[in-house]
Amino acid sequence: MNNRADVVIVGAGAIGCSAAYYLAKQKINVIVLEGSDNIGNGGSSRNGGGVRQSGRDPRELPIAMYGIKHIWPNLKEELGMDVEYYQQGNLRLGKSEANLKVLEGLTSRAVACGLDVRMISGKEAREICPYLSDVVMGASWCPTDGHANPLLTTLAFYRKARQLGARFITGEKVKEIRKIKGQARQVVTENNVYEGDKIIIAAGMDSRAILNTVGIDVPMSPVLLETLVTEAVEPMFYQMLGTADADFYGHQSTHGSFVFGITSGFEPFAKAGEPVSSSHAVSLASTGILSYFPVLENLKVVRSWAGWIDDCADHVPVISTVEEVPGLVVACGFSGHGFGISPAAGMLVSELAAGTETTVDISALGYHRFRR
Amino acid sequence: MIRDRSKDIGEYRPASDDDMLICRCEEVTKGEIRRAIHDGMYTLTEIRRYLRVGMGLCQGQTCTRLVKAIIASELGTSPAETKPATARAPMRPVEMKVMAKDTGGSKDE
Repeated sequence: MNNRADVVIVGAGAIGCSAAYYLAKQKINVIVLEGSDNIGNGGSSRNGGGVRQSGRDPRELPIAMYGIKHIWPNLKEELGMDVEYYQQGNLRLGKSEANLKVLEGLTSRAVACGLDVRMISGKEAREICPYLSDVVMGASWCPTDGHANPLLTTLAFYRKARQLGARFITGEKVKEIRKIKGQARQVVTENNVYEGDKIIIAAGMDSRAILNTVGIDVPMSPVLLETLVTEAVEPMFYQMLGTADADFYGHQSTHGSFVFGITSGFEPFAKAGEPVSSSHAVSLASTGILSYFPVLENLKVVRSWAGWIDDCADHVPVISTVEEVPGLVVACGFSGHGFGISPAAGMLVSELAAGTETTVDISALGYHRFRR
Repeated sequence: MIRDRSKDIGEYRPASDDDMLICRCEEVTKGEIRRAIHDGMYTLTEIRRYLRVGMGLCQGQTCTRLVKAIIASELGTSPAETKPATARAPMRPVEMKVMAKDTGGSKDE
């Protein structure tokens, strides 16, 4: 089969699948190469599902705001599949004076960027989510935030892009990018060579080694992310939750189960290789969750899982062309908050590859910021 | 294993046993699984994520073998080629209040 396309995308995660969709929609020919056997095998299927604007760095906030305004509300119709998107607000909880100071800082920075987010009292937080305990002294409240199902969102972009003619190949581990006449042109895997006018690297943590083959380095390190999933119960609340202490985050899903992210403090020191849940994480998370939600004490944990975060040195992604390597588009280093912006980020990446003006100004996310 | 997801596996054709329940915990039928495969979900892991097959209380201990056989039959491969999904702790559901009792170290001794 022909191994040539207008655009070759490395990585079939949320970003790669979304970029493939936006390109295929414009009848641009795409091949997507995935190193693992499964679509969306990295952080795209291993995250807390937040579709947030609050708590974000001002450099990536405009992407989050664009996506929530223009993409997420219509995604179900656009992709022909329910991605379980809820827009019922984000509560970031505080239970000490120090917590409230942190939340006030985050809130005033987001307000300066034009986001509707404000501080509320513990009483107001309990009016929004009546299951919260009295330890909550206050919270930041962003009513336009929410959450969605990351597994379904990634697969919905894949399914639609595939229907539109994008060619996906799994089990194709990319070894290097080759330049021809100074231009990134070939993608070399263990068994094949693919060729594209543009090459998008959206392979999470693996992007670093691949980019290194053309002398480009994005400073990232792997950080473990761990989550627990409970049994399904009646619908209780559909806000996205976080805390100033970062001791847990999460939400209830359409299915009725709760998905709670865990912070153990050992994330940067996890054993390399396949991400594995640690023995202490579920216990730590349960302690944290029950202090805010004692009402959930009899809820059963059904499973736990882990994934890798591609944590960029300055904790925001690189979404950028590269001056030194024409033809190359980089989209990595999403630093653990990529899922919520993945539909918009994929759209922007498709614009960079198509050479059109980007819908949102992403100049602050350029690769050049690491050039010395 | 290299797999081209654009390979033609033919159209989904309804079958008389499509209503059969395969995943009892999440109540997923054979027809839903067959349709998912024709939607491009070629692996056990993708089908789990797409339909919640094997993600219920028994964590796939009952239906995994059946789903593998359905994948093999739709794709024209052998069930042995379908890799298992990752087994996840805990083996049996455990209440959060029990998990929260594990404060670590020798404090309780």
